[in-house]
Amino acid sequence: MLSQESLARIDVEVAKYPPEQKQSAVMGALRIAQEEKGWLANETIDFVARYLDMAPIAAFEVASFYNMYDIEPVGKHKITVCTNLPCALSGGVHAAEYIKQKLGIDFNETTADGKFTLKEGECMGACGDAPVLLVNNHRMCSWMTPEKIDQMLADLDK
Amino acid sequence: MLEIEIDGKVIQVNDGSTVMDAATQAGSYVPHFCYHKKLSIAANCRMCLVQVEKAPKPLPACATPVTNGMKVWTHSEAAVKAQKGVMEFLLINHPLDCPICDQGGECQLQDLAVGYGDSSSRYQEEKRVVLNKNLGSLVATDMTRCINCTRCVRFTQEIAGEMELGQAFRGEHAEIMPFVEKTVDSELSGNIIDLCPVGALTSKPFRFSARTWEMSRRKSVSPHDSLGSNLIVQVKHDTVKRVLPLENEAINECWLSDKDRFAYEALGSDERLTKPMIRQGGEWQEVDWQTALEFVANGLKSTVREQGAQSVGALLSPHATLEELHLAQKLMRGLGSENIDSRLRQADFSGDASRSGAPWLGMPIAEVASLNRLLVVGSFLRKDHPLLAQRVRQAAKRGLRVSYVGPNAEDWLLPVRNRALVAPGKMLAELAGVVKALSLAVSKPVSGAIADYVAAVAISPAAQAIADDLAAGSSAAVWLGNLAAQHPQAASLQQLAQEIARLVDGRVGIIGEAANSVGAHVVGAVPGAGGRNVADMLDKPLAAYLVLGAEAEFDFADAVKTRTAFEQAGLVVSLGAFRSVAALDYADAMLPIAPFTETAGTFVNCEGRVQSFYGVVKPLGETRPGWKVLRVLGNLLGLDGFDFAKADEVCVEALGGSPEFVSERLGGLVDVPLSSQPAAEGKGFERVADIPLYFADPLVRRAPSLQKTKDAAAPLARMNAATAAASGVADGQLVRLRSAAGVVSLTARVDEAVADGCVRVAGAHQSTAGLGPLSGVISVEGL
Ligand code: SF4
Ligand code: FES
Ligand code: FES
Repeated sequence: MLSQESLARIDVEVAKYPPEQKQSAVMGALRIAQEEKGWLANETIDFVARYLDMAPIAAFEVASFYNMYDIEPVGKHKITVCTNLPCALSGGVHAAEYIKQKLGIDFNETTADGKFTLKEGECMGACGDAPVLLVNNHRMCSWMTPEKIDQMLADLDK
Repeated sequence: MLEIEIDGKVIQVNDGSTVMDAATQAGSYVPHFCYHKKLSIAANCRMCLVQVEKAPKPLPACATPVTNGMKVWTHSEAAVKAQKGVMEFLLINHPLDCPICDQGGECQLQDLAVGYGDSSSRYQEEKRVVLNKNLGSLVATDMTRCINCTRCVRFTQEIAGEMELGQAFRGEHAEIMPFVEKTVDSELSGNIIDLCPVGALTSKPFRFSARTWEMSRRKSVSPHDSLGSNLIVQVKHDTVKRVLPLENEAINECWLSDKDRFAYEALGSDERLTKPMIRQGGEWQEVDWQTALEFVANGLKSTVREQGAQSVGALLSPHATLEELHLAQKLMRGLGSENIDSRLRQADFSGDASRSGAPWLGMPIAEVASLNRLLVVGSFLRKDHPLLAQRVRQAAKRGLRVSYVGPNAEDWLLPVRNRALVAPGKMLAELAGVVKALSLAVSKPVSGAIADYVAAVAISPAAQAIADDLAAGSSAAVWLGNLAAQHPQAASLQQLAQEIARLVDGRVGIIGEAANSVGAHVVGAVPGAGGRNVADMLDKPLAAYLVLGAEAEFDFADAVKTRTAFEQAGLVVSLGAFRSVAALDYADAMLPIAPFTETAGTFVNCEGRVQSFYGVVKPLGETRPGWKVLRVLGNLLGLDGFDFAKADEVCVEALGGSPEFVSERLGGLVDVPLSSQPAAEGKGFERVADIPLYFADPLVRRAPSLQKTKDAAAPLARMNAATAAASGVADGQLVRLRSAAGVVSLTARVDEAVADGCVRVAGAHQSTAGLGPLSGVISVEGL
């Protein structure tokens, strides 16, 4: 199901916890699985759960809770816009609307060319920088005015 | 102890108590949803907010530990304001359509909304909708009603032992679900219906068939396993509508197994026998009771007259009531026959001569909590005794270490620390190995009678581990499960179990198969001096059988032999609630007797507790309570002592009073030389037969919703990979199984939870009845 390399990385996570609490490694293990597979299909979650001796639904709870985990396939670039209250008060929703209109997709949708997926995110702990968005789970972008969004999309499209 | 003042009342509570515990103790009701005394604390509904002195904001009573000198108000203005605020939030997404909800009238949200809700909602926006889930044939869902208290999730995880439900997604999108399309398959699943404080989880079989206020609530006792769960049977228009638990901390706590809860569906089955029937000249005819009973009485009398009393025997179901069992044995003995037995699935009776008192659990059920070592021998514990297994599961969390000796290793959803996975034929030697290792570990000699046998066996690593673990404990019990009781060397296994208990100063017991296994022994539904046991009665067939509550093809140790014996008998009188197809072939009279809901009766559970109950509905059709039928039969046979006006009188006679426990009549220890007979002879694999929980008795076999569960799936021929390879079959392949008695075809399943050299083939099922004995050797051949 997962490559030897991924399994070895998961084992490193598992080793951080007492043996009877293997499931503590679930977040790391799901992250590693997602890196290999691109997203977390039910079979992948099931595999990770069994690997960690935990109930599959418990792993699914984690995978469905955090929006850095993708339980559906995503495009090449995943853009997650924070719409929680502080951001919403400072233009977060407008930023999201702008992206939607620009890409012609709604939240949880992917552009026809498979390049962009738009997600609605929860507070990223950077409310002061609102509007805030996250690119591909790793790059945080602050003060996202329409101009900066245009620039960002153009860079990503290259 | 801590001192706390609640609503002006000063009380002392134990260290570690929560404000909720203290409020309960003080008699103050704090509204709540997610809190449940048997589950862990989640504190997610926030309904239990209370005012606490010096706390800047209201605190959840269920999750706030008491501190010394704390002052709490549960109904102050501030507390009620907080509670009302939470209620308003809860009702934002909850449908306000109680009249069309199955939970209406027994909904905690509805009830509390009366006290804490407003008469109209300020919320005008769209409500959320959650798609329903298919959880199987027992639990219906209406997930939009869910308030996300997670009681159901915690139940599956903590009580049932396997997290089958979870709360996925987050915030407004959070929903309770199983993992993708899976159903909830726990044998305890029905409890989530009771736990759900709203109408999100309701009973599928009961759904929309009655309102709670239209039904009366009547107490009863479960007729299935040996625990004797206490029931509330709800009745409308003289029909049983559903069954709920009656809380009894000493027995079932607040739970029921699905078998206890849903088997009532069989009461309305088309297969109910509603009129007495007799066969004359090969033709079945419905007759009135008088005719039927005279037919039976005459048949019995002429058999006794012509062939002697020894040619008559009674085979009595251990699920029958104490009153029925007492009168049936009295009737037999009145006729002069000691051929009486109720241990229908048992194979070894060599312990009978030395046994006095009824075999029982050897300890009160509630004391499982105080054990720290438990050795189980030959049991499908989780499925055979769902709620007893649940107690063991809870005890295991607090340090009870469980070991097992037997041919099966299916998951009990509790940690089994040491396991000797051995074929039935090797169980005796394995257990002797435990005795040997234990005697060395505790430096006590093995008892004289078995010392030679024990000295000759080798100690396996598993036996050593079990012995070491037992020796390190301080409060141990050894339990013999149904598989051990049905084992061809049952008495010898028991002898060794007794020895193990002796060596560790522990207790030894037999879990018992049925609701009245203990009761049957107590009233003498076992052969007396000169009498024949069930195996003997079937090996050398009798001229007449009185069969009470049992079906030849399902309830006996050897379906083939039973069938043959019945077919050749001159007279088979079958008393039961159902018309079985097989009985039409072999019986000569079928008398409809009342199931537990239609008669008064008594069961004695595995701890020796006497539990009497009344009928909750009128008997169906011409059905009559079994004790009345047997009383009249006794009269027609001209026997003395059959003048009872009420069931209680029968019970008083049977028990010599109305004791709460039959303590003086318990015992059941054996003293036998260890069997030198091999448990299985011949070439092939040893059969390991479980009795699947939804086939174990006539009632549950006919409960349609239970029959749709995974546990009621058709039996497979389960064997480990080595055995499968040795017999040249693959997983999923159709195989032919052959025993000395016959041949059946089943699908093979590779299952590492079966001991090497064994094939697990369930009993009590039409598809396997042809194999005959539950134990012994069978051959496997791929088709
Ligand atoms: S389904 Fe019922 S028990 Fe489960 S979380 Fe929802 S409200 Fe609570
Ligand atoms: S609300 Fe958007 S980052 Fe905190
Ligand atoms: S009962 Fe206390 S938070 Fe739910």
